[in-house]
Amino acid sequence: MVNTKISLCGIEIDNPIIPASGTFGYGKEFNEFYDINILGSFSFKGTTKDPRFGNATPRIAETEGGMLNSVGLQNPGVEKVISEELPALKKFFHKPVMANVSGFAIEDYAYTCEKLDGEEQVGWIEVNISCPNVHGGGMSFGTDAKNAAEVTKAVKKVTTKPIIIKLTPNVTDIAEIAKAVEDAGADGVSLINTLSGMRINMAKRKPLLANVTGGLSGPCTFPVALRCVWQVYNAVKIPIVGMGGVTTAEDVIEMMMAGATAVQVGAANLVDPYACKKIIEELPAAMEKYRIGSLEEIIGGAH
Amino acid sequence: MKDIIFEVISNKKIAKNTYECVLAGDISDITASGQFVNIKLDGYYLRRPISVCDAEDGKLTLIYKVVGKGTAKMAEMTGGEKLLVLSGLGNGYDLAKSGDKPLLIGGGAGVPPMYMLCKKLIAEGKKPSVILGFGSADEVFYREKFEALGAKTYVTTVDGSEGVKGFVTDAMDVEYSYFYTCGPEPMLKAVYDKSTTSGQFSFEERMGCGFGACMGCSCKTKYGNKRICKDGPVLVKEEIIW
Repeated sequence: MVNTKISLCGIEIDNPIIPASGTFGYGKEFNEFYDINILGSFSFKGTTKDPRFGNATPRIAETEGGMLNSVGLQNPGVEKVISEELPALKKFFHKPVMANVSGFAIEDYAYTCEKLDGEEQVGWIEVNISCPNVHGGGMSFGTDAKNAAEVTKAVKKVTTKPIIIKLTPNVTDIAEIAKAVEDAGADGVSLINTLSGMRINMAKRKPLLANVTGGLSGPCTFPVALRCVWQVYNAVKIPIVGMGGVTTAEDVIEMMMAGATAVQVGAANLVDPYACKKIIEELPAAMEKYRIGSLEEIIGGAH
Repeated sequence: MKDIIFEVISNKKIAKNTYECVLAGDISDITASGQFVNIKLDGYYLRRPISVCDAEDGKLTLIYKVVGKGTAKMAEMTGGEKLLVLSGLGNGYDLAKSGDKPLLIGGGAGVPPMYMLCKKLIAEGKKPSVILGFGSADEVFYREKFEALGAKTYVTTVDGSEGVKGFVTDAMDVEYSYFYTCGPEPMLKAVYDKSTTSGQFSFEERMGCGFGACMGCSCKTKYGNKRICKDGPVLVKEEIIW
């Protein structure tokens, strides 16, 4: 019998598989396909202080081995998430959920995190300082070590639950940012958010996305994500949630060997609604193949 | 909604750049006309959303236009291929409001969903009229199929090479109790402006997932934000914001 349990910032979960924010809504669409209680947890849709419609469409473009999105943090706002989405979630999901928070000013982050910190089902708060699709916020906090640390401090001051800072790969040195948020009190980091990219509609001689640029995700990003996790593992002691192109149980193992404690699965959920279920089902056989008794023992195992 | 393996029975060209693909498999998730399926193709990351033309006796009929690399690859299928199909997506048309004489207006790749809708309405004893709009005669398909169902069918072509010269709106001077439409957005807007009754519109948008998770295909309506894939693709006239 293999052991897939891991502990993430003091919370034990059945397996390290966590659908990534923005690919799993608030859970209900996927619960129509399978009982999502088999997941370790999931990170819900990036939530902001105020409701947001997001960017103009088209918001989606295909690429070789992946996709671009420029959704732009569409969400109903934190009040509605608390009054509608979380009570609905409680009825079909019985595990701690990861609350994903985004903002446009430090006070926004603090406000939204403080609200969600009071929600019983929230296990961790994942603070997105790395969204490439919104202007005047998001990534601008995540591309500067000082700003990243300030958001972390402000959020830590008003919360009691583990704070996981979600980092962008669109920087010169991701390890430097990771170290800065660790020093500012972060309980964990998650990486990578999407890579900034674009496509052009040649017939129309215009960018394919209405927002011009979007975030690249899918299997084509896996080696970049793995490299970032590797570098961050060398720089910090707090747990890392690894993500970027993870599609199979073997990808999960590889990501954990690079240094991830838990692994998020993003774009794969969109092209196959059963992606996480399949990964969880395939995990024991993949562990046996690489003679892994317990997943906890392989975290950072390739270093 | 289910992810189901379908087998291609036939895949033939029926008009310029237009193919009719018949698949065999479990069609039980398709509960309304106007729904769509999302097809996985080898070598392409995102699936291809295609509207359902017909679903009966374990057979699924899809009609698609070759518009890019994915549909060009689909056009190469000869039969016997196995396709992974996420079936039963979207809300579909609501037949309850049709009245006795509904008008069905399809333009180009928006014609296929009208076929299953027309069949269902006739089965309910309604007397639908159908307007099919195309660019020119070589693009026309399914005219005889609609006629065979017993629907009064009008064809319009932009260049006048078949039927009424002009757009679908040039054939809309018929008596109708309600309408259903699907086609390119400028056509939908023209139908909206010309129509004299309430009706339902099926919209198209680039999609990530097709089942409401990614918020890739959102639109604003008078009834709030909606996802074309999950809350649509069919919207009612009263809620649309152009």
